[in-house]
Amino acid sequence: MKRLLLLLFLVLFGGQVSADDALPADSVYQANIALVDQAGRQWHWNEQRGHVQIVSMFYTSCTMVCPMIVDTMKLTVQKVGSDKRDRLHLLLVSFDPATDSVAVLRGYAQQRKLPAPSWTLARTAQLADTRQIAALLGLQYRQLPDGEFNHSSELVLLDAEGRIVARTSEIGRVDSDFVRAAERVLARE
Amino acid sequence: MRKLPRPTVIDIGVMRRFVALACWLGCLDVAAADYVPLPSAIFGSVLPADGKAAPASIAAFAMRTEPVTNAEYLDFVMTHPAWRRDRVPAVLADGSYLSHWDSAESLGVKALPRQPVTQVSWFAAQAFCESERARLPGWYEWEYAAAADGHRTDARSDPAWRQRVLDWYGRPATTPLANIGGVPDVHGVRDLNGLVWEWVDDFNALLVSADSRDQGNADKAKFCGAGALTLQQKENYATLMRVAMLSALKASDTTRTLGFRCVREP
Repeated sequence: MKRLLLLLFLVLFGGQVSADDALPADSVYQANIALVDQAGRQWHWNEQRGHVQIVSMFYTSCTMVCPMIVDTMKLTVQKVGSDKRDRLHLLLVSFDPATDSVAVLRGYAQQRKLPAPSWTLARTAQLADTRQIAALLGLQYRQLPDGEFNHSSELVLLDAEGRIVARTSEIGRVDSDFVRAAERVLARE
Repeated sequence: MRKLPRPTVIDIGVMRRFVALACWLGCLDVAAADYVPLPSAIFGSVLPADGKAAPASIAAFAMRTEPVTNAEYLDFVMTHPAWRRDRVPAVLADGSYLSHWDSAESLGVKALPRQPVTQVSWFAAQAFCESERARLPGWYEWEYAAAADGHRTDARSDPAWRQRVLDWYGRPATTPLANIGGVPDVHGVRDLNGLVWEWVDDFNALLVSADSRDQGNADKAKFCGAGALTLQQKENYATLMRVAMLSALKASDTTRTLGFRCVREP
C-alpha cells in the first residue's frame, strides 16, 4: 500500500513538476514550430524536449554538400560511446519545404539508410517557418533562380532543453570536440 | 511566437463565426496602418539572384507606407504580452530589447510615440507583422522600394540620391531619431532612407556564400552552392552597406537604429 501511495504521489507530483518546468530562455523550443516528418506525422518541435539531438538543415535535391552533411552526422554518431549512442537523436530539416514532401523525405531516408526512430527528416508545416528554424539554429540560406540553395553547412548540438551547446562547420570529417560535447551532454541526462 | 497546437476537430459553424469575428477585429486593427501597392519588377540588384549577374525579380506586393512606430509597437505588446520586454525569452530577443522604453508597458521620454520603434529583434518584427496579417519584406522587395525617390522608381544612378543616403549614414549614431512622416516617394512610401535601418525577412540569406573561401580544404564545404556571390554595382555602396549590416546580425539582436516595416500580398 505504501508503495502504491508512493507511486501515486510520484505520478501526480512528477507530472506536476514537468508541466511547471519552464523552458530555459535560451531554448530554441521557445519558438514552437510545427514540423511534418518522413512518416507524415505533424508535431511541434518542442516535443523533442528531453532528447539530446544533432540538428542540421539540408534539401533532398542537393547533390553537393548535403550528402556530406548526412555522412558527417552518421560518422559523428559512430564516434559517440556505444553506451550513449542510442539516446542521441538526429534531426534534418529541409530548406526546401515546397519540394521536400513527406514522400520525398521518406524516399530519401530509405535511400540514404537513415532509420527511424533515431533519424527524423522533416520540413516545416508552414513554408514561412523554415527561415525561423534557420534563424534559431544560426544557419543561413538563399534560394537561387535555378531552384538550388546556397546554405551554410553546420551541425548543431541541442541539449535536452533545446539549448545550443556546440556547433561544428567541419563537414566531411568528424570534429572530435563536437563528439566530446555530445558525450558530455548525454552523460548529464 | 509560440504557436498553439492546431485543433484536430473543427466545428465549421463555430469556425465561421470565429473567422467573421477575427476579420471584424482585424479590419479595425488594419485601419491604423496604410499599405500601398508596388508593381512586380525585374531590376538590377546589388545582390545578383544567381550570385553572378542575374537580375532580381519580384512579384507585386503592398508595402506599409511608414515604419512601425513606438506607439504601434506598444499597442502590439499590450495585446501580445508574450512580447513584453520582461517576458520575451532571450532566444527571441536580446537583453536590449525595448530597453529605451520607460517600462514594459510605457514609452517615456526616450521613445516618442511617432518615432520608429527600434531595439526590436527579427523574431519580434516578424510577430508584429503577422499580427497585421503581413510579413517582413524580402531583401529584393525592400531594395526595389528603397531605390525610388519623389518622381522616379529607380533613382540609384543619380549621384545626388546616393549622396543623400551616404550623408545619413554619416550622421552620428547618438542623434535622436526623427519622427516618421518623411516626404513620400513615387510609390507613396516614406522613410525608407534617412530614418532607420530596417529588418528584412531574409537577412540571413544575403551574403551566404561570400565566405566560401579556402577551396583547397574541407572548409570549402562550409557553404553549399556554386561559387562565391559576386556583389554587383559596386558604386552602390550605400545599398551594400545595408547588406553588410544586416548580414552581421543574429535574429535575436536588437540595435538603437534598427526598426522595420511590413509588406503583404497586394
